[in-house]
Amino acid sequence: MDRVLMKGNEALAEGAILAGCRGFFGYPITPSSEIAEYMARKMPKIGGVFVQAESELAAINMVYGGAATGARVMTASSGPGLSLKQEGISFIAEAELPCLIVNISRGGPGLGGIQPAQSDYFQATRGGGHGDYHTIVLAPSGSQEMMDFAIEAFELADKYRIPVMIMAEGTLGNLMEPIVMREPVLNKVDKPWAISGCQGRKPNIINTLHLGSEELENRNLHLANKYKLIQAQEKRAESYLVEDAELVVVAFGIMARIVKKAVVEARKRGIKAGLVRPITLWPFPDEDLRQAAEHARLFLSVEISMGQMIQDIQLALAGRVPVEFYGRIGFTPNPEEILQEIIRLAAREGL
Amino acid sequence: MKKVFQRPESLTEARNHYCPGCSHGIIHRLLAECMDEMNIREKTIGICPVGCSVLAYDYFNCDMLEAAHGRAPAIATAIKRLLPDRYLFTYQGDGDLASIGMAEIVHASARGEKITVIFVNNTLYGMTGGQMAPTTLLGQVTTTSPYGRKVENEGYPMKMAELLSSNEGSAYICRTAVNNPANINRTKRAIKKALQVQEKGLGFSMVEILSACPTNWGLSPVEALKWMENNMIPYYPLGEFKVKED
Repeated sequence: MDRVLMKGNEALAEGAILAGCRGFFGYPITPSSEIAEYMARKMPKIGGVFVQAESELAAINMVYGGAATGARVMTASSGPGLSLKQEGISFIAEAELPCLIVNISRGGPGLGGIQPAQSDYFQATRGGGHGDYHTIVLAPSGSQEMMDFAIEAFELADKYRIPVMIMAEGTLGNLMEPIVMREPVLNKVDKPWAISGCQGRKPNIINTLHLGSEELENRNLHLANKYKLIQAQEKRAESYLVEDAELVVVAFGIMARIVKKAVVEARKRGIKAGLVRPITLWPFPDEDLRQAAEHARLFLSVEISMGQMIQDIQLALAGRVPVEFYGRIGFTPNPEEILQEIIRLAAREGL
Repeated sequence: MKKVFQRPESLTEARNHYCPGCSHGIIHRLLAECMDEMNIREKTIGICPVGCSVLAYDYFNCDMLEAAHGRAPAIATAIKRLLPDRYLFTYQGDGDLASIGMAEIVHASARGEKITVIFVNNTLYGMTGGQMAPTTLLGQVTTTSPYGRKVENEGYPMKMAELLSSNEGSAYICRTAVNNPANINRTKRAIKKALQVQEKGLGFSMVEILSACPTNWGLSPVEALKWMENNMIPYYPLGEFKVKED
């Protein structure tokens, strides 16, 4: 099949268009801006809407309004912008509006830097804004998945009426790789809840206010049940050489591709290393980790942060296997330094 | 027997929660009458704010969305762009529109979004108990300006109609009051004109309506109307500030 060379950000944007996205509302921020630029070029040509919002707050609220009409809509940003969007994401989650929110992630805190990072993991996987809610979080690891996950994100969003986030490091946004173009999604999802004018029906109301105690608790119970269903059905991970692994490395996104190389090198040196790559960061694929733990003496979480996903690994393993951490920020760990860490830990444990 | 007065179809039968003497009920009715007369109820989508009128989604008999504080114009922007043949209104108070939502309202106006904004100015935050707003008058006592609003501390009250009329994207900007029958009739005409401007696709439209809040002003409903006339109208002059002809 013919393949085309595409930058990750553009592959994601094109994937969204193939999924039927017809509304993009964004605010410029490095390293995500190519997504907005791509949409600014494309949307007017396909009958879609592109608005450069006055702020990240306005952008996410445009997504709120756009999603309320039943259209497939999205926004893209990076760390500081995602922080500003949290108010809107909380409203969208409560109103159960399907949409795509993209974080082409960079290092924080504060203005931080524009180097790729995974330090928005807590923000992405814990809801991020006020109240009890989650978004589904997908972590691609290459240009092909940037496109494929954009399509998948819209499908999941409609299936569960939930905002879906794609979190990809700035590296992935800017990486150019050959990819296979996907077919456009043609099936339309029926959205009887959408607001579009009440011709021939009773008015629809989209609202997140619940003043009564019972009503508020019932809303939260409803959302909690939905999140339980998603946890039961949508956990995804890729496991590599874990069947006999004594040392299991866990990494996601671009980091997982780098770790894979280190795992291969470790195997050549006789160390039984393996890799689990969480694809859904929420719901976290804890069962895949427990399966990989069967022969494991040690887990190692490798992150482009000061250690965030390690907490989910520890929760998944519930003390059965110790978990070590290796991470940097400002730099992305390279295969050689991960290999050295694997060798050091294997020697220490006598593996 | 001939029925000569009835609830507009664009209002639901829900009993509203507004205080005695509050202007929201009148303004809701005027907007609903305009929707009825233009026969646009089934093509209208309303965005309500955070504030006393947060529950407006229960009162308007059309598709409604309840926004985060101040964000209604951004939400309405996206809906109107995706559904250009629908009628969009936002219903916002002065804290919502002129304070936390200042960026959203100014940019919706600057972009010339084809939406109609009903801006209810009662000089304070009503729902949270009468705190100072950007529209609180000089010397006015509120719970967060207990010694009266002073220029040195809080600066000057904001004139939103004047501010937004300077944007090229604004097609119709008007300030009215609902303190007497003549002004109530003028307010209705202004709301209808704003919706017609939207219908013609001329640009952004807003009607700023000076309103009474007897509860938080500490006045009776009748005294509140007098206070509006004596204090608000001199500072916030009534009239059309921008009329873009088609």
